[in-house]
Amino acid sequence: MNFQKIAIGVTGVALFLSLAACAGDPVDKETPGGEVSTEEGYNLVPADTNGDGLITLGFAQVGAESGWRTANTDSFKSYFVPENGYELVFADANQDADKQKQDVRDLIAQGVEVINLAPVTDSGWVPILEEAKAAGIPLIVSDRQLMVDENLYLTYFGGDMEGEGKTAVKWLKDYIDAGAIADDINIVHLQGTIGSTAQKGRTKALDDAAPGYSWNIVAQQTGEFTRAKGQEVMESIIQQGLDFNVIYSENDDMTYGAIDALKAAGIDHKEKIIISFDGNKSAVQMVVDGDIDVIAECDPLLGPQIGGLIQDAMAGKKIAKITYSVEGFIDSTNAAEKLLTAFGS
Amino acid sequence: MSETNVLKKIVRNRMFFPLVCLALVLIINMIVTAAQGGSPLSFFEVRMIAETGTLAGPLITILNRASELVILAVGMTLVVSCTKGADISVGSVMVLSGAVSIWFLGFGQLQANNYHVSEYVVPYVVGLLAALIVGGICGLWHGFLVAKLKIQPMIATLILLIGGRGIAKVVANGQINHVDVPSYRWLGNTIQNADGVNPLLLPTPIFVAAFVVLVAALLLKFTALGMNIQSVGINDRSSRILGLNSVRIIFTVFVICGVCAAIAGMIATSRISSVDTQNVGKMIELDAILAVALGGNSLAGGRFSLAGSVIGAVTIQTLTTVLYSLSVSPDQLPFFKAIVVIIIVILQSPQLRPLLDKGVARVKNLFGINKQLFTDPQEVNQS
Repeated sequence: MNFQKIAIGVTGVALFLSLAACAGDPVDKETPGGEVSTEEGYNLVPADTNGDGLITLGFAQVGAESGWRTANTDSFKSYFVPENGYELVFADANQDADKQKQDVRDLIAQGVEVINLAPVTDSGWVPILEEAKAAGIPLIVSDRQLMVDENLYLTYFGGDMEGEGKTAVKWLKDYIDAGAIADDINIVHLQGTIGSTAQKGRTKALDDAAPGYSWNIVAQQTGEFTRAKGQEVMESIIQQGLDFNVIYSENDDMTYGAIDALKAAGIDHKEKIIISFDGNKSAVQMVVDGDIDVIAECDPLLGPQIGGLIQDAMAGKKIAKITYSVEGFIDSTNAAEKLLTAFGS
Repeated sequence: MSETNVLKKIVRNRMFFPLVCLALVLIINMIVTAAQGGSPLSFFEVRMIAETGTLAGPLITILNRASELVILAVGMTLVVSCTKGADISVGSVMVLSGAVSIWFLGFGQLQANNYHVSEYVVPYVVGLLAALIVGGICGLWHGFLVAKLKIQPMIATLILLIGGRGIAKVVANGQINHVDVPSYRWLGNTIQNADGVNPLLLPTPIFVAAFVVLVAALLLKFTALGMNIQSVGINDRSSRILGLNSVRIIFTVFVICGVCAAIAGMIATSRISSVDTQNVGKMIELDAILAVALGGNSLAGGRFSLAGSVIGAVTIQTLTTVLYSLSVSPDQLPFFKAIVVIIIVILQSPQLRPLLDKGVARVKNLFGINKQLFTDPQEVNQS
């Protein structure tokens, strides 16, 4: 009796699992040679198909979760205007991946002439990209990369996280070479949310460079991109009595937290070399004030640059599959000027 | 004979297992520190930071960082005891209270000032009161849903778990709102006099948490509230028949819980002198429930121990601080936390105690003693 019940239960679970696996399959089938035809390549180019004199851009945005994102949206809204020859249809996914897929389908149904997609997640996009392609609408992926066949979209455009890390590393190298520090370099490394694109790229740049320059990474902990965690982790690092002279913090919020913790411990943060990422307005102000030494920029103002790409494509130029936004760094030499255009709060 | 009785008393005390858990975490820390070549006692060192006049050290950090959780655990214990459920909205109520108070402090000026409050538009006290009132209103709402509409507490509070953070985002206009007034940091960090020295010697949140625990303890000791809460938790209907106003009591515990969440929210936003609606109090409701459970309280309501929950909250923070101080690599952090929590929860299981007794009995048989140590015969009969 009991045995029967167990047998039925096990069969049921197995059946459920196999169903679940089936349901998952089509979404993950992103390998060339499957349902995706790779032979024809991608030959769609933005064009004024409805002849109204304006290119209609449908923008499927992630949401409005940060100052960076708000600035990103604003750059699209201010660039893709009739004066520049565009019309913008904006769809906010509110960080909901399923809603965003529906958003893109709506954009296709509305017959926009080019789609810019800033994806919430990097998987499950193949059927929708195929729909856009079948409808003859060129699609640009921005901000976050998709793990799909490159014949499904026109181009990827966005920030190069590892490149930003390299910018920061190079700045530190130059700063040391200029004779600013004679001591050993002992780095406290505050990482972003483990597994995020920004964390992986920015961490890799430092991990790759440190041994070659014989820099010591004395502590490596995640502050989860938040001020509160950055503060708490820095507090514990200080308590361990570790000797350090450089802080490599993978975003501005954690940098604020780390400085909070240094101040609370009675340590003069201006004596440490503090490296941050992104470039929010408050952080740039702190560079001006000498609290932060350098910020590797993560540029949210992608609108005009994507506009440039669309113009190039329409002019018949060959578009690279991956284009990175041009990003520099902000230090005492250019902070005052950068403050005027800095994003966020 | 009398020695065994004393031992029995200690072991059967409700505080025994929570304290064992706390000790366990500290012992693990000492062993690992010693294995790494450090002094096993380095964790217990307390020193004075001359520049700020504040005591510092891992123990101070634990008490400081545990403050929000301790305050939440006080409210949560009462809710669990009275309603057999939990208030899972406390994290969202925290962030909502914080956002509303900053909205008042920078009234009308926030957007123009790029989401910075450089000087208070209304006095700080108004902001603080606004936060407490928001917490209280959230509590009234939960009381209404649970006591009047008889909705399960978990479902009733799920509404604000999801919605509260959403409202907070609207209040904060989707941005991180900063407060640049130096005194705003006092509640969550240290008070500073004109010389930048802290006259209180310790971080402020420790005092706030101690105050909340003290007020709650006095309230429970010198009024019938504690007994009423337990009575409603054990049997709502018979309490009503006995003449207790169970509706009012349920309202009361949720309001207390909401106000506790608001206090915790004020501390959390003061720590970082900003309200980050995305991250403040994220998942903290689970830690608060865990604190109650680690404190030896039954999540099925009824009898409760406030001290146990406080120890539970401190244990959770001790674990986090210990893992940080041992430089556990970030991707392994949740793994170690999970292992320790599993061990602690198993140790707390009432089913394990007879087993422990059997083990102890086997050893004791060698010496001719045969007494149950861990199991209270009465408790077993009840369950």
